[in-house]
Amino acid sequence: MTLDEIFGLYNYWVVICLMMTGFYIVIARKNLIKTVIGLNVFQTSVVLLYITMGKVTGGTAPIIPPEIAAQHGEHHEHSTAHSTAHSTAHMTADAPHLDHATEHGHEAVTPLTQHADHVHQTASAMADHSTELIYSNPLPSVLMLTAIVVGIATTALALALIVRISEDYGTIEEDEILLIDQRDSSH
Amino acid sequence: MDSFPIIRVVTKLIIPYILLFGFYVQFHGDFGPGGGFQAGVILASALILYGLVFGLPAVKTVAPPKLIEKLIALGVLIYAGTGVVTMLAGKATHTGEHELTSRTVANFLDYGALDHHFLPGFLPHGQHLGIFVVEFGVGITVTAVMTMIFYCFAGRNPHANGQSNQQSEAKA
Amino acid sequence: MFVSIFILTLLVVTAITIARIGDLWAAVMFTGIFSFLGACWMLILDAPDVAFTEAAVGAGVSTFLMLGTLALAGKTEKPTTSSSVVPLFVVAVTGAALIYGTLDMPHFGDPNSPVQTRIEPSFMEKSQSDMHGLPNVVTALLASYRGYDTLGETAVIFTAGIAVILILRRSNDGFKSNDVFNSQSNSRKGSQ
Repeated sequence: MTLDEIFGLYNYWVVICLMMTGFYIVIARKNLIKTVIGLNVFQTSVVLLYITMGKVTGGTAPIIPPEIAAQHGEHHEHSTAHSTAHSTAHMTADAPHLDHATEHGHEAVTPLTQHADHVHQTASAMADHSTELIYSNPLPSVLMLTAIVVGIATTALALALIVRISEDYGTIEEDEILLIDQRDSSH
Repeated sequence: MDSFPIIRVVTKLIIPYILLFGFYVQFHGDFGPGGGFQAGVILASALILYGLVFGLPAVKTVAPPKLIEKLIALGVLIYAGTGVVTMLAGKATHTGEHELTSRTVANFLDYGALDHHFLPGFLPHGQHLGIFVVEFGVGITVTAVMTMIFYCFAGRNPHANGQSNQQSEAKA
Repeated sequence: MFVSIFILTLLVVTAITIARIGDLWAAVMFTGIFSFLGACWMLILDAPDVAFTEAAVGAGVSTFLMLGTLALAGKTEKPTTSSSVVPLFVVAVTGAALIYGTLDMPHFGDPNSPVQTRIEPSFMEKSQSDMHGLPNVVTALLASYRGYDTLGETAVIFTAGIAVILILRRSNDGFKSNDVFNSQSNSRKGSQ
């Protein structure tokens, strides 16, 4: 166990600690609301597990800086405007567009030469942005984003059931509910 | 809550900004962090705050449960409807949008079918428009569901347990 | 790094407090704090969208719902009589197994881990040309590439909302048949 390994894996260990705390609450406590709290803790730690996996050292959030993105959008608008305006220009504007889709090379800059200098600069910046900007992985974020909202929906459902249970049984302790059930069934 | 003027005044001051922020998150979600899920929760939290401070009947006149009930379904309808529209529209080629022969079949939720040349640069189109509409549907459903859950919980009468805390709070 | 360690320490301490505390009100408040700390760490991990959602949902709505449930169902937890040795043992064994499983996992922030290299070209590069320069790749991925998935999630929320309505809709007053949906019933009753 080297120091390198400890620093490389501490995120998993912390998440497992949190996860096991949630697990303990679920299995050790008899109160239904406490059980839901335990499930929530467990859920948050699972979310954290996924998010830590998406992180890249030195990376940044998966949001493309506005100037690069705007330049890209402008390029698209430009080529489509051309294609609708004159069908002759369509051919010339569309060919580099296809090139551009397949490889982010300097060919992308060609249809933009008529633009001002700063656009040209951002275009070349975009062409090699992959070497400059590192983004963390957006996929775990997307998966967990929806999981959190579905989590609150199911939590609300569980809490609604708890409300109904407490109204019918007068208690939300698991063992007391079991006793009442056994007494009722023996009658 | 009649006896807490500070809470009432601060709530009235704060709610417009919560709503504004919710709409910002909804409609700016394509450009920055945000989207339908977050915006829905934020908008619902404004309604819930209003309900907690001014009582359940007050918030029910602002957002009638019958309307909220319909909005729950409307959001999903907008989302799935976008998918059907893309299927029916088909994928357009660059030659013209009224020539049906130039259209190919598009898949469910293939926003490439939403390409148009109406007000370019002002109205989003294609993928951007699809994402925008779909996020809007998600936002509506999440707002409505969260608000409805609040109505359901706050509308319960807790007399079964002999605790009238929530009831007096909700009906104050 | 230090901020990270600080937040993680607080997270673990909060989780253990939630497990030990007997007062349910306090436990719910600590759950809110736990969610908020989790959101802070997600922000450090470059996931602002998730942090945003976790802060709004976990620390906001979920805390509120639990407090509402407590008001309806009782505030105090009955002190447990059974011994906690068996649960602790189970948790320790499971945790040890999981930690053993992490030993050959890719290290934290490793750009060459399967998570980062599996999809080629990555969504970051693909979305630039597919989405005509939509800046937020998370949104693009959520609503377009994974549109079916998100439609399913929306349907799940829809179903959960309907289920909550069905469970809690009928008033428990006995004579008022439709309390939640009759917004005017209370005021009308008052005026009569």
